[in-house]
Parts: sequence; structure tokens; C-alpha cells
Amino acid sequence: MKDFISQLNKSFESRIRLGIMSVLMVNESIDFLSLKEMLDASDGNIASHVAALEKAEYLTIEKKFVGKKTSTTYTITPLGREAFNQHLNALEQLLKR
Amino acid sequence: MQFKVLLAMDQKEKDYLQDLTEIRSMMEKSSRFISLSGLAGVFAGFFALAGSISAYYILKNFYIAIWYENDIIQLSKDLVLHLFLVAMAVLFLSLFFGYYFTTKKAKKLGHKTWNKTSQLMLINLAIPLFAGGIFCVSLFLHGNLGLIAPTTLIFYGLALVNGSKFTLNDIKYLGYCEMILGLIATFFIGWGLWFWAFGFGILHIVYGISMYYKYEHKQ
Repeated sequence: MKDFISQLNKSFESRIRLGIMSVLMVNESIDFLSLKEMLDASDGNIASHVAALEKAEYLTIEKKFVGKKTSTTYTITPLGREAFNQHLNALEQLLKR
Repeated sequence: MQFKVLLAMDQKEKDYLQDLTEIRSMMEKSSRFISLSGLAGVFAGFFALAGSISAYYILKNFYIAIWYENDIIQLSKDLVLHLFLVAMAVLFLSLFFGYYFTTKKAKKLGHKTWNKTSQLMLINLAIPLFAGGIFCVSLFLHGNLGLIAPTTLIFYGLALVNGSKFTLNDIKYLGYCEMILGLIATFFIGWGLWFWAFGFGILHIVYGISMYYKYEHKQ
């Protein structure tokens, strides 16, 4: 049982991070506003969690200009996908026990 | 002491379960538009039935307006205009009430009506509908009038199957039914209006009511 707990990824401990990763798993990419609407969290809150996930190389951030405004989109990396899948498997195993 | 540890483990387990539920709901919410209301289907069905009935009477009163020329059926411009107006009224009323009930349901669920998922759903519905629409214009110009009603059913069915990936999955089965009905109708030329009334009227109402009881009634 201890094994499974050690397999849980510390990067995904917060609810917001779980939410961000879940959304990215099923969408090719997502922009900041859509992400904010879905997670129902503050700008700063999302930005700090996104930054942490980027540091772990689980997602990439792309900034584009749409007219005069900047639009930020996030995409999951293969590493992020693998890490999240492992985390999901560990969660499932813990509950199956 | 042992009891305390067990209690802590129970708490942990609950957290994991909540994590999984949250992940599942996020994946669903971000990739599918689930605010589509069953009542939209019921109303669209009723308008389609009313439209079919008025089309039936228009055709009955206009029977002299149809004649053959060089083996191609000709319709008087008046008849075409009348039928076109009925079709537009059905379309407009269905869309209006569809939008109304869907925004109402979205508000209740705390979702937005205009977001990434609803856009994806609409685009994916529109692609087969657009192709089908052009195809129907071509059938009309070639005088293949009997095939128009079956064609609208087939392409509408394809549109629903295509759009189902971005909304309630159940809509796929309505799509299959419309498609099969349209294909059957291609073998019964002349009964187009009846197939059309059944497909767009009865099937929408049945589907709408079952969706309403499945997803909205309890809440």
C-alpha cells in the first residue's frame, strides 16, 4: 500500500492543479479565460499553479497576439500526460485495495 | 490508537475518491456541452409537426401547381415560396426555443452557454448540415424533389452523430434513428412528408421527453 502512495505525484496535490491537468488531458489546448471559467478560480491562483506545472515541464505556455490583446494558451506535454496517467493509476489502485 | 489510524485512512480514502470524481467531472465539463435541454427537442418536434401539417394542406390546395415538363416535375413559384416560408418558420421557432431552454438549463447548472464546448458542438453539427443543404439545393434544381425529404433526414442524422462527441452522448442514438429513417425513405418516394414528420416531429418529441426525464426532471 505504501508503494502506491509513493507513486502519487506531489505536483498534483492541489485541486486546481488536478483540474488544470484534467482539462488539458482532453483538450488539444486551452486558453486562459476558458480555463478560468471551468475551474472557477482567481487569475493569480491559476497563474501560480500553471507556472508550477510548467516548471515541472508538464505543460507548455504559448502567448499570442489576437488584435491588441494577448491570448495565452496551454498545451500538455507528453511528459505531463504520462505523469498524470501514472497519478490516476495510483489513485485507482489506492481505492481498489 | 489503532482506531485513530483507521479513521485517518478513511479520511484519506475519501479524499482520493473526491479527487477522482473531480477529475472525471472536469474532463467531461471541458470537452462536452451538457446544457443542451430536452425541452428544446420537444418544442422542435412540435413545430416540425405543425409545419408538416401546414405543408400537407398547402400541397393539397396547390395540386394544380405541380406539372411535368420534359419528364421533370415543375412547381409554381407560389408553392415553393409557401413551403419555404413554412420551413423557415419551423427552423426559426425551433432555434429560438432551443436557445431559450438551453440557456435556462446552463444557468441552472452554473455553466455558460457560449463557450468552447458549445462552439465545438455547433461547428460539428453545422458541417454535415451545410453539405446536406447544398446537396438539397442541387436535388431541387435537378427536379429530384422526392429525394429532398430523405436527404434532409440522412444529413441531419449524420450531423447529430458528428456533434454527439461534444455534447450529451445520447444524441448519437437520435442521429442513428434519423439516418436509418432517411435511408428507408429513399425507397418510398412520395411519402417524404410523412417520413419527415415522423423523423423531425415524433422522434424529437420522444427523444426530448426521455432526455428531460433522464437529466433535468430530478434536479
